[in-house]
Amino acid sequence: MATQPRMGFFTDSSICIGCKACEVACKEWNGLEADGLDFLGMSYDNTGRLGADSWRHVAFIEQRSAAGDVRWLMNSDVCKHCTEAACLDVCPTGALFRTEFGTVVVQDDVCNGCGYCVPACPFGVIERRERDGRAFKCTMCYDRQRSGLAPACSTACPTQSIQFGPLDELRVRAQGRLAEVQAEGAQGARLYLADDDNGVGGAGAFFLLLDRPETYGLPSAPRATTRDLAGMWRTAALAAGLIVAGVAAAFAGDRR
Amino acid sequence: MLKPPVWKPEIAWYFFSGGLSGASAVLALGARVAGNRALARSALAGSLLGAAVSPPLLISDLGRPARFLNMLRVAKPTSPMSVGSWVLAGFGGCAAAAAAGEFLGLLRPLGRLAEVGAAALGLPLSTYTAVLVANTAVPVWHESRHELPIVFGAGAAASAGALATLLTAAPDSGPARRLAVLAVLVEVAAVAVMEHRLGPLGEPYREGRAATHKQVGAVLLLGGAALLALGRRRRLALSLGATMVLGGALSERFAIFRAGNPG
Amino acid sequence: MAECHPVGFQWVVEARARGATVLHVDPRFTRTSALASRHIPIRAGSDIVFLGAIIRHLLENELNFKEYVLAYTNASAILEPGFRDAEDLDGLFSGFDPQGRTYDSLSWQYEGVPVEAAAGGSQSGNGPLNTIRDGHPVEIQRDPTLQDPRCVLQVLKRHFSRYTPEVVEQACGISPDDFATVADALARNSGRERTGAIVYSVGWTQHTVGVQFVRSAAIIQLLLGNVGRPGGGIMALRGHASIQGSTDIPTLSDLLPGYIPMPHAIRDPHLAGFIEKTAAKTGFWGHMDAYMTSLLKAYYGDRATAGNDFCFGHLPRVSGDHSTYQTTVRMLDGGVQGFMLLGENPAVGSANSKLHREAMSKLEWLVVRDLVEIESAAFWHDGPEIRSGEMRTEDIGTEVFFLPAAAHTEKEGAFTNTQRMLQWHHKATEPEGDCRSELWFFHHLGRIIREKLKDSQEPRDRPIQDLEWSYPERGPLTEPSAVDVLREINGWGPDRQPLNGFTELKADGSTTCGCWIYSGCFARGVNQTARRRPGREQSWVAPEWGWAWPMNRRILYNRASADPAGRPWSERKRYVWWDEGKGEWQGHDVPDFPKTKRPDYMPETGALAEHALRGDEPFIMQADGRGWLFAPSGLADGPLPTHYEPHESPFENVLYEQQSNPVRQVFNRQGNEYNQGSRHPYVMTTYRLTEHHTAGGMSRTLPLLAELQPEMFCEVSPALARERGLTHGDYATIITARAKIEARVLVTERIPPLRVQGQVIHQVGLPYHWGSRGLSTGDSANDLFSLVLDPNVHIQETKAATCDIQPGRLRRRRR
Ligand SMILES: Nc1nc2c(c(=O)[nH]1)N[C@H]1C(S)=C(S)[C@@H](COP(=O)(O)OP(=O)(O)OC[C@H]3O[C@@H](n4cnc5c(=O)[nH]c(N)nc54)[C@H](O)[C@@H]3O)O[C@H]1N2
Ligand SMILES: Nc1nc2c(c(=O)[nH]1)N[C@H]1C(S)=C(S)[C@@H](COP(=O)(O)OP(=O)(O)OC[C@H]3O[C@@H](n4cnc5c(=O)[nH]c(N)nc54)[C@H](O)[C@@H]3O)O[C@H]1N2
Ligand code: SF4
Ligand code: SF4
Ligand code: SF4
Ligand code: SF4
Ligand code: SF4
Ligand SMILES: [Mo]
Repeated sequence: MATQPRMGFFTDSSICIGCKACEVACKEWNGLEADGLDFLGMSYDNTGRLGADSWRHVAFIEQRSAAGDVRWLMNSDVCKHCTEAACLDVCPTGALFRTEFGTVVVQDDVCNGCGYCVPACPFGVIERRERDGRAFKCTMCYDRQRSGLAPACSTACPTQSIQFGPLDELRVRAQGRLAEVQAEGAQGARLYLADDDNGVGGAGAFFLLLDRPETYGLPSAPRATTRDLAGMWRTAALAAGLIVAGVAAAFAGDRR
Repeated sequence: MLKPPVWKPEIAWYFFSGGLSGASAVLALGARVAGNRALARSALAGSLLGAAVSPPLLISDLGRPARFLNMLRVAKPTSPMSVGSWVLAGFGGCAAAAAAGEFLGLLRPLGRLAEVGAAALGLPLSTYTAVLVANTAVPVWHESRHELPIVFGAGAAASAGALATLLTAAPDSGPARRLAVLAVLVEVAAVAVMEHRLGPLGEPYREGRAATHKQVGAVLLLGGAALLALGRRRRLALSLGATMVLGGALSERFAIFRAGNPG
Repeated sequence: MAECHPVGFQWVVEARARGATVLHVDPRFTRTSALASRHIPIRAGSDIVFLGAIIRHLLENELNFKEYVLAYTNASAILEPGFRDAEDLDGLFSGFDPQGRTYDSLSWQYEGVPVEAAAGGSQSGNGPLNTIRDGHPVEIQRDPTLQDPRCVLQVLKRHFSRYTPEVVEQACGISPDDFATVADALARNSGRERTGAIVYSVGWTQHTVGVQFVRSAAIIQLLLGNVGRPGGGIMALRGHASIQGSTDIPTLSDLLPGYIPMPHAIRDPHLAGFIEKTAAKTGFWGHMDAYMTSLLKAYYGDRATAGNDFCFGHLPRVSGDHSTYQTTVRMLDGGVQGFMLLGENPAVGSANSKLHREAMSKLEWLVVRDLVEIESAAFWHDGPEIRSGEMRTEDIGTEVFFLPAAAHTEKEGAFTNTQRMLQWHHKATEPEGDCRSELWFFHHLGRIIREKLKDSQEPRDRPIQDLEWSYPERGPLTEPSAVDVLREINGWGPDRQPLNGFTELKADGSTTCGCWIYSGCFARGVNQTARRRPGREQSWVAPEWGWAWPMNRRILYNRASADPAGRPWSERKRYVWWDEGKGEWQGHDVPDFPKTKRPDYMPETGALAEHALRGDEPFIMQADGRGWLFAPSGLADGPLPTHYEPHESPFENVLYEQQSNPVRQVFNRQGNEYNQGSRHPYVMTTYRLTEHHTAGGMSRTLPLLAELQPEMFCEVSPALARERGLTHGDYATIITARAKIEARVLVTERIPPLRVQGQVIHQVGLPYHWGSRGLSTGDSANDLFSLVLDPNVHIQETKAATCDIQPGRLRRRRR
């Protein structure tokens, strides 16, 4: 499998029509359950966020400019399959692993529900499921990819807002698309996580956004926590040293 | 949009018990070296107690015992939880062997060796949990990564000292008391630095459950330390002071736990 | 379109990427607007003013495609001197009968070419245009200079002369700037080199003037030369899977397959007279005898002979308006005994749904075939009226039979989708339990009834005894084969070999064909509808994907893509053209024209059917071969679109004294009260959400869809929310004279207030998917609406009415 390129998603929010076919296709394929009949009042979004039973989430953002022009932004969010995946790094059981497609996948039979991956993810993607206590997230359809199929969500997407393919090809395509969108006058358009120059060392799933990432509920400067891990261990060693010093000092003055 | 941690309060208890037992093992070795057998015995007992309650706390968080075993499937240096699990497992073995030697007279030489091992593993055991919480995307934890290990280490030492004080007759407990007092001062100072450096991110420490835990913790720690320092050898004062330090250390763990995991 | 036809919308997205301008005119900013170049909000129900103003703009500024208009439309035809336009009579056309609220359309004709009186089940007031009278041709008078004041173009000009941008602003709430954007974009993208398309759906049709909305678009497209050419046209985005199929082979009360009218009980005793009256003799309707005879052969097989009028007398007949709402009203009055409901949920989906529930409680029996026990099947034990105590199960005499239906995944067959294309689908899985297909149900129902009537001597049973009912059964479920049915629809010759198209049909009884327009779908014995050659492996027209009626033509009237001499209007828009060398029409598509008819062909006097049309007359289904700017026949409410206010409107008609469509169908009866006075100050409109399907039986019952839009809600602007004290996320009660319903409040900038006739008007948006059963339940928007219908197709006005809205939940009576 040495020649297997890293696979990824380019989600082009400028042509997302908010149909949620991706959400439903994902749930159908992966056998995920509905997670609640809750009217959220967040525009047409009643999914709310990514979670253990929602591996795609279409955000709807309504905007009105000072001139009165209405804009309705939609974007289908998903696990970023980070190059430096904090979730994977911190997983103590090895349940999270990197596949031959360069994606990050949970083996649910190995996951022990320790929950560490949940706060480790800088995007708030992975979640522990109440029902069975294990962690779940997008697998980039690992099973489908292994049988030569494209993921369910990108296959269902009617407008090719979700494009699946070898990551390097997608990155090139995205540059071209950005230029087009900007030429059409979309000032705020930008690529998000489309190269390696970010706090997660690049992402397998990246986006073309029409506004700041925060607008879509995405962090503008995500950082894989494990980038700072060595420093933390050094501080821990210092703390351990202090304990030794403290104990030594405590006995040093002993006048029993 | 970050996801809050899903850990139960057991984890905060574990921060406390793990630190307590780890630092106790270090204290025990110190006492052994210093020839203070009484103190060594009570510190060993403290480390055994901590080592005994820690796994059940973790299992209670995970839900099922078998799930703890999954932790030992792999050893992953990038995962403080993996490192910690191995440390805890190793420490548990050492603490048990050391206690068996000391209290039951079983394989005493090996027990002595185990005491060294327990102390060596006790150091990471009392600090890795700080790395564990700091190594998340939760800003209030991650951004205090330079202070948290000190806070946790100092808290561990304070509680180890306090527990040993409780379990040891006053004449022999001097070093334990001094350790506790010293550690309390370091912990309180480290927390102050942490809060200062967190700036606006330190919000949880100023309002809500974490703030309450922190304030209660600080009062107990400082009050307890004062009693330990000034209580001479009065049994009641020392016991009260030690209990207060223990309570304060626990409360501080809860403060940190709740700061990142409002629940 | 993005909301309701998301899969088709991918091509709009692609067109935009290639530089197309996409304009969206809709009261609300929807998912479609989000991807359009521009969204222009409009007051619901006012589109004819808007479209009429575009027509005026094109004519006044001479932006129309003149060669096309002169050669291919009826612009030059001279009208009867007696014709009076709505401009002359303040909103009425000549021929209005105020008593019967109908039009006599005899004065709407080309001069000297009168039409016959109504035939068949047609309610449109008159028969087809016929240029052959008693075997003698009559000449249509034309003025090729288009200057005669009685020629169609001049009449059109006068008719729309007052539809100015200022009036658009007054009536629609659209600024002159926004109007100019649309008018210019359309004009700029039309002509020889470019084409523009108009896409509409039920935002235009569910009005008391719905048909005329669409007529306005047709006039625009004809003026711009956008019909019969690639990239042009008017695209009716249709509804359910195969709803196009169910008008082609209709579930409608007044049509037979292939748009042949249903014969009338008294007026149409014999085949010859029926054909004489219902079909134009020139153009392709000139072969209706062949279509009709072949259809009767399909129904009655060998029993149908020339000697017995091919069993024409056996056909069921109409005796009036049997459309769905009319039937409901009869049901309410106890005039309907039994009702079969297949794949329809009127207890939620029909206007004034409460009235439907009441009507069904008056039946003796009701058969519902559906996937789940929908509201229409459960109204008698679990409906809103049962819950409130207004109805008691004990009092309802209706015997309800619920029969579980197989879903499309559980049966094979052809869907005919929006662009007339038939696509075969295979069975994915066997139906579970007692679920059976419609085909199975009707086959066996027919079989059993015939079995029972086998020995009957009653003449009334003859039509059933004489039916051809020999469908082979297959498999353990004894399912007839849908392929066999498709073969029958396609038709066969005397040798029982499949026909290759409707041009092979004969009037002598030697051919059989279940639907003439579908003939050819099984050409050469191959199921053409099952073809799935990918687009990239064939020409851009992709003729080998599925099969489109008629004759696999992808664009109708495509002769119009070439100029009168048969040359493409432009290289860019080359589509079908005359090849002088071969002496044939050539093209990317199947030419919609007799293959070898020369562009300069002139008919001999007295020629019939297609032979009566010239080589430069592309509209081969029309008696005069022209596109109709002015419609001399076929419409009940006027030959030209005219702005009328919705039946319920807060505004007066700015253009005419006549307020609403004078011939709209109203039902003044209890339970159908109309809003009056100023108690209902807001405009309300209904629509769909991508997440749900129509009355909800197929979406509110499925967890993964129900959760996406879990509750009935209403959309209001921040300004209206302030005016009425509505809180985002809370509940509101929406009120009409018929009912009150509650809904969650979604305050959104996407439904802006408009300034109409100098005053701010708020619109309330309501999705209509909710009902009382399923996983996600809620009040039905249709409880709020009244029965008031367009006179041509009897469609309900559910896109524009008035209402009030108040904060808070509805206090319900509970039993
Ligand atoms: N997801 C989904 N898809 C569907 C369906 C479904 O229920 N769900 N139903 C199918 C069926 S049966 C049909 S018929 C089609 C219908 O497809 P559409 O016609 O697209 O459906 P609607 O949402 O009812 O109406 C379209 C728009 O008309 C607007 N509108 C209302 N009044 C007016 C007006 O006076 N003028 C103008 N210009 N616009 C107006 C509404 O705001 C709405 O956005 O969709 C089909 N596809
Ligand atoms: N206010 C308002 N009212 C409207 C509209 C609007 O825009 N606004 N739109 C109108 C339009 S365009 C339409 S089309 C109607 C739709 O209204 P209805 O046709 O009354 O509603 P549906 O829910 O589409 O009903 C179709 C039923 O068919 C069932 N079904 C599906 N497949 C099969 C099958 O193979 N066999 C059988 N036997 N049953 C099957 C489904 O479960 C479903 O219950 O609503 C109309 N009413
Ligand atoms: S986005 Fe989060 S869950 Fe996904 S790979 Fe990155 S860190 Fe892991
Ligand atoms: S919850 Fe499961 S996947 Fe997440 S870190 Fe723990 S073991 Fe790994
Ligand atoms: S790739 Fe597969 S698992 Fe991931 S969101 Fe798409 S459908 Fe779901
Ligand atoms: S399927 Fe595609 S267009 Fe639809 S919501 Fe998902 S990303 Fe957007
Ligand atoms: S449901 Fe069917 S017809 Fe409707 S958009 Fe999807 S694919 Fe097209
Ligand atoms: Mo429809």
